[in-house]
Amino acid sequence: MSENAIKAEGLTKVFNGSLVAVDHIDFSVKNGEIFGFLGPNGAGKTTTINMLITVLKPTEGKAAILGYDIAKQNTQVRYSIGVVPQEYTADEDLTGYENILLCADLYGISRKVSTRRAADLLELVELTTFKDKKVQTYSGGMRRRLELACGLINRPKVLFLDEPTLGLDVQTRAATWNYIKMLKKEFGMTLFMTTHYLEEADALCDRIAIIDHGKIIVVGTPTELKDSLGGDIITVAIKKDVDITGLVEKIEHVKQVKKENGSYVIKSANGEITAPLIIEALRKEGHLVTRLSLTKPTLNEVYLQYTGKSMRDAEDSGDSLHAKRMIMARRRH
Amino acid sequence: MNNLSKSKLHGLWALTNRELKKWYKAPTVFILTLIQPVIWLGLLGNALNISSLVSSSSITLPADLMSQFTPTQLGALSEFFSNIGDTVMQGTFGTTSYISFMAVGMIAFTALFTTMFSGMSVVWDRRLGFLNKALSTPVSRAVIILSKVLSATLRSMFQASIILVIAVPLGFQFGAAFTPLNILGVFAFLFLICMGLSSLFIAINIRSTRIETPMAVMNLLNLPLTFASSAFFPIEQMPSWLQAVATVNPLSYTMNGMRQLLINSSINYSDLAVQYAYVGIFAAVLTAVGIVLSWRFLNK
Repeated sequence: MSENAIKAEGLTKVFNGSLVAVDHIDFSVKNGEIFGFLGPNGAGKTTTINMLITVLKPTEGKAAILGYDIAKQNTQVRYSIGVVPQEYTADEDLTGYENILLCADLYGISRKVSTRRAADLLELVELTTFKDKKVQTYSGGMRRRLELACGLINRPKVLFLDEPTLGLDVQTRAATWNYIKMLKKEFGMTLFMTTHYLEEADALCDRIAIIDHGKIIVVGTPTELKDSLGGDIITVAIKKDVDITGLVEKIEHVKQVKKENGSYVIKSANGEITAPLIIEALRKEGHLVTRLSLTKPTLNEVYLQYTGKSMRDAEDSGDSLHAKRMIMARRRH
Repeated sequence: MNNLSKSKLHGLWALTNRELKKWYKAPTVFILTLIQPVIWLGLLGNALNISSLVSSSSITLPADLMSQFTPTQLGALSEFFSNIGDTVMQGTFGTTSYISFMAVGMIAFTALFTTMFSGMSVVWDRRLGFLNKALSTPVSRAVIILSKVLSATLRSMFQASIILVIAVPLGFQFGAAFTPLNILGVFAFLFLICMGLSSLFIAINIRSTRIETPMAVMNLLNLPLTFASSAFFPIEQMPSWLQAVATVNPLSYTMNGMRQLLINSSINYSDLAVQYAYVGIFAAVLTAVGIVLSWRFLNK
């Protein structure tokens, strides 16, 4: 087996000959890592997942899961993967237990094996007491957990999670994160997840790809991406209106100084060490520091840096994306 | 990958059973679908009973005409007149009881109505994401469609049987040629027509993402398919333009075949063979079309 769990080369999806949803993307996911696909709504995340899980046929390019070609060896791919979709796909009229067994049947797992696995999985996602209740009585978090259990029934080597915490409240989201971390630890499986929550990608993923307008903009570990911004950000304000840029630039570790709205934004590798040095240096020159803040860069800044807009803006300008989706939905039938 | 050698049909029963469970766990919907054919039976079959329209009980011979016959001749004549209604009914409908004629029509109508809903379930599965999930599993695309066809077929067959059971206390009369074995023949007809019809409605909706499409299709096809068939009236009595439609309508063949088995006084076996063949070909062709379309269009 190759070292890569997932490898995509020039993967492209064009809807109806004109709408480019995914545009020649290349990436690889190593065995056993949690790989995050981060981007605003409509960036092409779900389309990419749908191609990898063999639901959509790529227009161009290719991809392999555990060495199996997604187009030519789709049966092998389907047996090796688990999918936790964005929607709640469990049948509302059936019980949680019946839903898990249905998933097992779709993989052709014998009833003897599937009843045992279902019991284990229900235990894992803490739904054992609700297993004989109809799914329509479940809360959002319970449904998400049931989807997770269904996605694990065939012991997949690669698990795909499409927006696993979309629409969940803060506590349930945190609980879902714990499940995902546990999955990696207990089963050592490879996880591919999409999200548009930066903090989620930061907390869970070993590596992240930022995708926007169907193209991958940057790939790296969360730390690498944050470091690529030039380290921590120290914001300083002084009492007198004099330019201290030259002074601060000479201080150890400082990489860049910019004056913004009357205060100085300083980029530095080790913010905790640099901040006292700055105060010290300024006091020596007789400047009184009135305010100082130290920010560790988040993926939000990374996103801003690479896409030129914040995630929030991207979502707000989502009107056009929404329109794009509507066109896609309409053309599909 | 040792489980790759599994049968190509794995998951068929699981998916079929999923649909059936949804159905028998919600008896209200099931009862509601029975109400309409029962109302038809009660109203048209019983209240507006055609056999009473062609009865001769209101006919009395004028006195001057009666005086010209001997009492024996008169007896024969009045017997002829009292049988005239039954003779007309027998000649036109193949049975003296109109409700029996119509009940068979309603059995086929129930099959049509139930299979129409199978188109809707494809759209629901697409909208709710279940279809995408199923497509990411090793279950065959043909199985996804076949399970829908099969569940609609089983459901229709059960509902149609209920209609037959309800028709008996309403006045349904089995024909002279009826034996309990004929019920199996009726099931065979229902099985074939339901396979064909549900494949048709699934094929129509396979690409659809909105629930309005199957609703519109249902409204568009429901009445023409029912009235341009022998559900209420024998094809021979129709105007020629309607006859042209009704004679190609597979529902007509189903109904006529089932009538032979259930209510007619004798069975014409060569007609029966043609009826089975027609409905059988209809089922085979449309099921094949449904499977081919599922390969092409379930994956986008």
